[in-house]
Amino acid sequence: MLHRMMTLTAALLSAALLAPAEAVAQDKGAQDKTPATWPSPVPTRGPVAEKDKKPAPKRTINGMWSALRVGNQSGGVQLKPNNGKPENELPYTPYGLQVYRSHKPLEGKDSVDPADNNDPRTKCEPLGFPRYNHYDLGIQVFQDEQKVAMLYNFDNRWRMIWTDGRPLPKVVDGGVEIDGEYREARWMGYSVGRWIDDYTLEVVTVGTMPEDRVWLDNTGRPISDKARITERFRRLDNDTLEWSETIDDPKIYTRPWDTMKLRMTLQDPRIDLMTRYCSPVELDNYNKTFGDAAGAN
Amino acid sequence: MIVVGVAVAVAVLTAVPVHGHHSGSTLFSEKTSTLKGSVAKWVWSNPHCLLTVDVKGDDGQLVSWLIELQAPNTIYPAGYRINTFKPGDPVTVAVHAVSNGRPYARVVSVTLADGKTLGDGVRADTPAP
Repeated sequence: MLHRMMTLTAALLSAALLAPAEAVAQDKGAQDKTPATWPSPVPTRGPVAEKDKKPAPKRTINGMWSALRVGNQSGGVQLKPNNGKPENELPYTPYGLQVYRSHKPLEGKDSVDPADNNDPRTKCEPLGFPRYNHYDLGIQVFQDEQKVAMLYNFDNRWRMIWTDGRPLPKVVDGGVEIDGEYREARWMGYSVGRWIDDYTLEVVTVGTMPEDRVWLDNTGRPISDKARITERFRRLDNDTLEWSETIDDPKIYTRPWDTMKLRMTLQDPRIDLMTRYCSPVELDNYNKTFGDAAGAN
Repeated sequence: MIVVGVAVAVAVLTAVPVHGHHSGSTLFSEKTSTLKGSVAKWVWSNPHCLLTVDVKGDDGQLVSWLIELQAPNTIYPAGYRINTFKPGDPVTVAVHAVSNGRPYARVVSVTLADGKTLGDGVRADTPAP
């Protein structure tokens, strides 16, 4: 009798211990049965209200980020739009001003008609770094122990930021030097990053393309292969990332200056962004249909 | 110079933010005009979506206007879709026409047959979908 009671008790106890886990598993199973959907293919989340802010996680900027209407900073970089106002004039060297004047942009105060432009973008040349930074159409960031990968929507380009402690390459004529080996200049340069505190990633990039291959922004501002570009990614809270950029290019500008400081909001991680490729065929069709015809005198 | 045969109502909007695209050139007028007609073609493509609208003038002649919008992922948040327009749809378009008098323009806003208005996807005051 006692043995039967003990057996029964053990059985009841086991059942009681197992039941909650099974209930949770069934609950999870019910949730997992909800069909996944395709959300809107563009960033939609704006700044988070103060009351809804959650603490920032440490040492991560994983996610998709967007500042929404900033777009591609078509009027010039965010902090210095190219609108002719004195406070937005840049500290050009004589050579830098000469390069700027050789550019015939589609936008800004010195823009030309479409048929006359010489923006490399209109040949579908890669924008280069840091011009890709100024095209906010949704930036996707993945990171692991060694690196941060930034995926840019425009033309599906990406770059790597190395956070494993490797040194910044030394800038030399035409490229960089790494451990005594000469390496070529690159469209995205060479980026190294370090966490200066638990919420701020500082990134420095050198080894970008020369001024006859890339522009800084859509209004024709130049940037050279001697540039040192510093970015700071500051995680202000769970949903807010402040992304700032400073250019130090002694060949083109007499002093460093700040190009942008964007407040970006964390977007839905399920977004499958609309693509925006630069297709030479589509560009040619546009020029033939509209661009050249509309601007003809 | 206004193209002969096009029925255009000219309206000047005050305090319009400068459009960032092509803003420095004299390609586009800063004055807003209104075109009423029917859709001939809708092209959903980079670098610009293009809407062709046939507009009948006072003399009964049809003029084909080619209107530029921004790229698909820029105008998508404003409510445009690949199938927003089909040939024959009546449409009213507020535009900045090109300064040389040709029937080319960039969009300011589009009002569909059902009365819904879509903005240009760029200006802060562009109507929400």
